[in-house]
Amino acid sequence: MELLRFTTAGSVDDGKSTLIGRLLFDSKSIFEDQLEAVKRASIQKGSEYINLALLTDGLRAEREQGITIDVAYRYFATPKRKFIIADTPGHIQYTRNMVTGASTANVAIILVDVRNGVIDQTYRHTYIANLLGIPHIIVCINKMDLVDFSREAYEKIKEDFQEFATRLQLNDVRFIPISALKGDNVVEPSVHMTWYEQGTLRNILENIDITSDHNFIEPRFPVQYVVRPLTGEHHDYRGYAGRIAGGVFKKGDKVIVLPDRLTSTIRSIDTFQQQISRAYPPMSVSFTLEDDIDISRGDMIVGEKNPPEVGQEIRAMLCWFNPKPMQLNGKFILKHTTREVKAMVKEVIYKVNVNSLEEIKDGKTLVMNDIACVRLKTTKPIFYDPYKQNRITGSLILVDEATNETLAAGMIL
Amino acid sequence: MVMEGLSLSHLRELESESIYVIREVAAQFERPCLLFSGGKDSIVLTHLAKKGFWPAKIPFPLLHIDTGHNFIETIEYRDNLVKELGVQLLVGSVQQSIDQGRVVEETGYNASRNVLQTVTLLDTIETCKFDAAMGGARRDEEKARAKERFFSHRDEFGQWDPKNQRPELWNIFNGKKKMGEHFRVFPISNWTEMDVWQYILLENIPMPSLYFTHQREVFNRDGVWLAAAPFMKLRPGEKVEVRTVRCRTIGDISCTGLTLSTADSLEDIIAETAATRVTERGSRFDDKRSEAAMEDRKKEGYF
Repeated sequence: MELLRFTTAGSVDDGKSTLIGRLLFDSKSIFEDQLEAVKRASIQKGSEYINLALLTDGLRAEREQGITIDVAYRYFATPKRKFIIADTPGHIQYTRNMVTGASTANVAIILVDVRNGVIDQTYRHTYIANLLGIPHIIVCINKMDLVDFSREAYEKIKEDFQEFATRLQLNDVRFIPISALKGDNVVEPSVHMTWYEQGTLRNILENIDITSDHNFIEPRFPVQYVVRPLTGEHHDYRGYAGRIAGGVFKKGDKVIVLPDRLTSTIRSIDTFQQQISRAYPPMSVSFTLEDDIDISRGDMIVGEKNPPEVGQEIRAMLCWFNPKPMQLNGKFILKHTTREVKAMVKEVIYKVNVNSLEEIKDGKTLVMNDIACVRLKTTKPIFYDPYKQNRITGSLILVDEATNETLAAGMIL
Repeated sequence: MVMEGLSLSHLRELESESIYVIREVAAQFERPCLLFSGGKDSIVLTHLAKKGFWPAKIPFPLLHIDTGHNFIETIEYRDNLVKELGVQLLVGSVQQSIDQGRVVEETGYNASRNVLQTVTLLDTIETCKFDAAMGGARRDEEKARAKERFFSHRDEFGQWDPKNQRPELWNIFNGKKKMGEHFRVFPISNWTEMDVWQYILLENIPMPSLYFTHQREVFNRDGVWLAAAPFMKLRPGEKVEVRTVRCRTIGDISCTGLTLSTADSLEDIIAETAATRVTERGSRFDDKRSEAAMEDRKKEGYF
């Protein structure tokens, strides 16, 4: 059984919580005591129906204010797949939560209220999903029951969306007309929309091909930890532990170790008490090499062909998360794979208006929720690939030296 | 490009993610520890740590916060495991916290040392100068836990600020902190109860006998079966009887509800888990105290 991670995005009343509630409920992932608790809370609040949003709003403040503050993770499984949902708040100021939820997702579900059509928030959600490199997008056109399941209304929104999407170079976009409240096309096919034949949401989630979501071409292995038992039969063992970030490594492969560009050969690929013949993303393994070379955390073992870029000047799309604005030439800690260096933002090349996709050229600073193309300079080289090519070796975060807060996320261009 | 066979099962992907997180802890912190309770989640966590550093030993100690009200089987299992792994075991004793006047024992029929553990835990973290404590908490367990990060920051009072958490992107974990602060890390955040049992079966991990069916002296309180023990005061009308039960979760005796069950193998447990309509924490007395019982305890520094 495979694991699929998806994120959901929608505006406040698009029915996101209802949709998630429906997926969980219909796959028997909501337990009786959970449902009882939600029923009790709904009645207490004077609600006439069971408010499934209360299932996902886990914090006291969220329930009190009736809003979702933070990303919540939900889990369900069908006989075909196990799913992890990153449920992100749709509210305007929570771009950072959507970016967080999107960073590990295979699929983004974007909800559109059929009565409102494609709105600014739809653009923003789609832009972020694309920026974060989510390979598959499912646009759920919701509340079809409120427009008499009109095919025309559905087609109109599909057309509007596609027009916008052509500007974004999306690979895989699908559309489903649904009613999350009534359950049409969520788990059960709709009897009201027989003109739609591309499968229910759950059906698509179960069958969407995610095998090529990882990069299996350029071998990348950021060294995370050096395993040195220093005892008994393993006295001289020196294993380089980490998670494969790209490509396929095989025993006997010639490899290059960055930053020193030393070459060696993979002697063994070890997991617990055994050796395996090949390793690929996202496996956690340890390598031993034929040559005794000095390798530590933050170094990267790569394949002989197509090495990553090695550099100190990086162009990246940056999402700024902190209430404190970004200052040009301020120093940050930059974390990239297992490597940590100091960095400065030297230039804001342009900011993005995520509603119109316009590039704004007059920016010198970034405020919370801004997305911008910037030029970064690091004190030491990092080994990277464009984010579009590899989401692991192409991503970075900036950390405040004084407060230790995570300030920004970056996607390398 | 040939990609045949280049995929992992969900259990192997979860395993790989967790090992990555555990190794990150070993790399980013100076004095980490693993919180071991003797329950299935911390057993799986310890197993993952063993795999992640092989052929070396686990490079951090196990820390058990002992309420003094443990099932005897839990302590036996713990001691055997520690011996087998050759790791250091540290025990923070709630009894000692009580004796030193750090906490006051609850009274009444529902008295439990569950809440008191927080003080013992934070004291132990401070005394041992731990900068990261890994736990086996999972996001699917409870709604406040669904909001947890893998790397969860704690201020110098050990408190969690759920509304002001650091964003956590991709698998880049920010373990930066000031003196006196620490992190709680939850490597199996993304596992469900079912994943845990399926993995235990897949890896054939030995489990404490408490998880399998056995005869035990129990009594029923508000619909929950609790184990009889000298420190468990019976209310009028409650009577001890022998039943065929097993534990679905293991905490200390005062808050662990037992399930009537004849499941005597991992396969039986998995079948039972698949069929059950109640969450595993539904039988936990510690979570029944209020709607936000878990969130409130977590803010104070609970597991």
